[in-house]
Amino acid sequence: MSLDRVKPIYDVVVIGSGPGGLGAAIAAKKNGADDVLIIERDNELGGILVQCIHNGFGVEIFKEDLPGPLYAHRFIQEANSLGVEVLSDTMVLDITPLRKITAVGKRAGFVELEARAIVLAMGCRERTRAQIRIPGTRPAGIYTAGTAQRFVNVEGYMPGNRFVILGSGDIGMIMARRLTLEGAKVERVLEIMPFLTGLTRNYVQCLLDYNIPLQLRHTVSRILGNYRVEAVEAVEVDENWNPIPGTEEIIPCDTLLLSVGLIPENELSRKAGVILDPITGGPVVDESMQTSVSGIFAAGNVVHVYDLVDWVTEAGFLAGKSAAKFAVEMKKGLSRKVKLVAGANVRYIVPQYLDSESLAESDQRIQLRVVRPIEEKVWVEVTDGEHLITRKLERYVRPGEIVTIKIPKKAYDEVQKTDKLIVRVAKS
Amino acid sequence: MSEIETKIICITCPVGCSLVVTHEDQKVIKVEGNQCRKGIDYAQNELRDPRRMVTTTVKVKRGLHPLVPVYTSAPIPKPLIFELIKKLRGVELEAPVKVGQAILKDFLGTGVDVLAARDLPQVGQKTSETGSG
Repeated sequence: MSLDRVKPIYDVVVIGSGPGGLGAAIAAKKNGADDVLIIERDNELGGILVQCIHNGFGVEIFKEDLPGPLYAHRFIQEANSLGVEVLSDTMVLDITPLRKITAVGKRAGFVELEARAIVLAMGCRERTRAQIRIPGTRPAGIYTAGTAQRFVNVEGYMPGNRFVILGSGDIGMIMARRLTLEGAKVERVLEIMPFLTGLTRNYVQCLLDYNIPLQLRHTVSRILGNYRVEAVEAVEVDENWNPIPGTEEIIPCDTLLLSVGLIPENELSRKAGVILDPITGGPVVDESMQTSVSGIFAAGNVVHVYDLVDWVTEAGFLAGKSAAKFAVEMKKGLSRKVKLVAGANVRYIVPQYLDSESLAESDQRIQLRVVRPIEEKVWVEVTDGEHLITRKLERYVRPGEIVTIKIPKKAYDEVQKTDKLIVRVAKS
Repeated sequence: MSEIETKIICITCPVGCSLVVTHEDQKVIKVEGNQCRKGIDYAQNELRDPRRMVTTTVKVKRGLHPLVPVYTSAPIPKPLIFELIKKLRGVELEAPVKVGQAILKDFLGTGVDVLAARDLPQVGQKTSETGSG
C-alpha cells in the first residue's frame, strides 16, 4: 500500500488517521469511492490512539474492552485490506474551498492534489499553561498530560518523579495511574470545578485504586522554581473561580501536568473557508457531517470533543459515507461545480462557479471586468482550455464597464466534460 | 455477622453506576443503583476478588519505538498489579513485535497472559502500521 506516486485527483482525501480519519476512509471505500487517500503527519497511523495504551476502547463497537493501540490496529488492518492509500510523514499545508490540497512530506516532497470530497479529521489539541494563565516562574517540568503520555508510553521517558496534576479530565486521571505504575509519586489531582470532569470509572480505577487524592474546587495559583518546578501553590476557589485567601497550600513536586481541556484543531478548516461554531471551536456541520463548504466533511474531535473513541469512529463512518456519496455523484456529473477562470485580460468573473447542471435548465449569464481597455473590436471567448465553447463580439472593452456573456444551454454537453471554463478577451 | 452497606462505583462500562451493595462479609444480599446485570457481577467480584485489566509497556530493541504497549488478556487480582509491572520491567523484546504476541504466559498461575497491543516493526522496516508495505 506504499505510495510512490500521488495521483492528481482522488475521490476522497482524509486529513488525519486517528479513529475519525480511519473510520472515514474505511466508510468511504465501502460506500463506493474508488480512490481514498489518508494524509497523516506522523510516521504511522492511529493518531492519538498510539499513545493511549490504556483499555476501555471498543465497548460500543466491538463489545470488547480493548487498549487504544489494538483498537487502532483493527481499523488500520481494515483500511489496508480495503486498499485505502496512505501518505504518512506528510503535513497538509493548505486546503482550498475547491478541494485542492497542498502538502509537504519527508518521502513525498511537495505534493499538490485534488479531491472530489475531503474529510477533515485533524482531531484536537490540548490547552496549555498560557491558555489558563497560571502565574509564577517558568521553569522546566510543566507539561500537558498528553505530551507526558507520549513521553511515557511511546518514547520511553519519565518526565519527572513527583507530580501534581491539574484537571480531572480522563487523560489527567489516566496519567496519574500510569505514572504511579512507572514508579512516580502523584501527590494530588486538582480540579477547579465542583465535580469530576472525566468519567467516574476513571476516578475509581485510576485514582481510588492507587490512593491518589483528588481535590475539587482547587486550582494551581502559582508555580515555584527557577530552573525546574520545585512546588506548586494550590488554592481553593469560590463559585466564581476566585482563590479564597488563606487556603493556599504549597505542594512540593518536580512536575506539573495540565489536563485542562482540548481544542478542536481547525487551522486547515479555516483556510478552506469552513465556518466554525464559536462554542465547539469546530466546523458547523449538517446531518451528513458536511461543513459549510460543499464537498468538505468533518469527523471526530475536530468537530467537537467526544467522550468515547467509539463515537469518534462512528462519526468517521458517517462522514466517510457522505464524502463517498458526494464524490460518486460528482463523477456522474451530477451537481458539479465548474470553476470560471479569469484568462487573458480578465480581472474577475462573477459568478466564480457554475453548477454543471445549471445549463440543463437555461442559458447562464456571467459578468466580468477586463484588466486593460481595448478600443477596437474584441472577442470575449469561453473555452474549456482547448475548445471554444462560446464567444461574443464587443465593440470595445474598458475596465470600468462590466462585460456580460451568456453560456448557452447547448454548451451543456461540453461543460460536463470539464471542471473549469476559461474566459478571455482577445483582439479579433 | 451483620449486614453492611458498601458503596461501589461500577467500572464495567463508561456509565459508571453508583452501586449500594448490601452484603454480609463477602456474600452479596442486595445490589441497588445498577442499570444492568453487569453491575451485580461487578459488585460480587469487587467484594470477593477485585480485579483490574493492566496495560503497560515493555522495552523493545530496534523497534520503531523503544516500547511496545501490552495488556492483560483478562483482569488480574488487584494485589498482583505491581508485581506484574515489576516482572514486565525486566522484559526486553526484539523487534518486530506482532499484535497479540504473548509477552508473558499464565502470570503467577492466574491463567492470564500478557499480550502485545500492536505491531511494532523494526526501525526502517515497512509494515501496515507505518502505512506502507
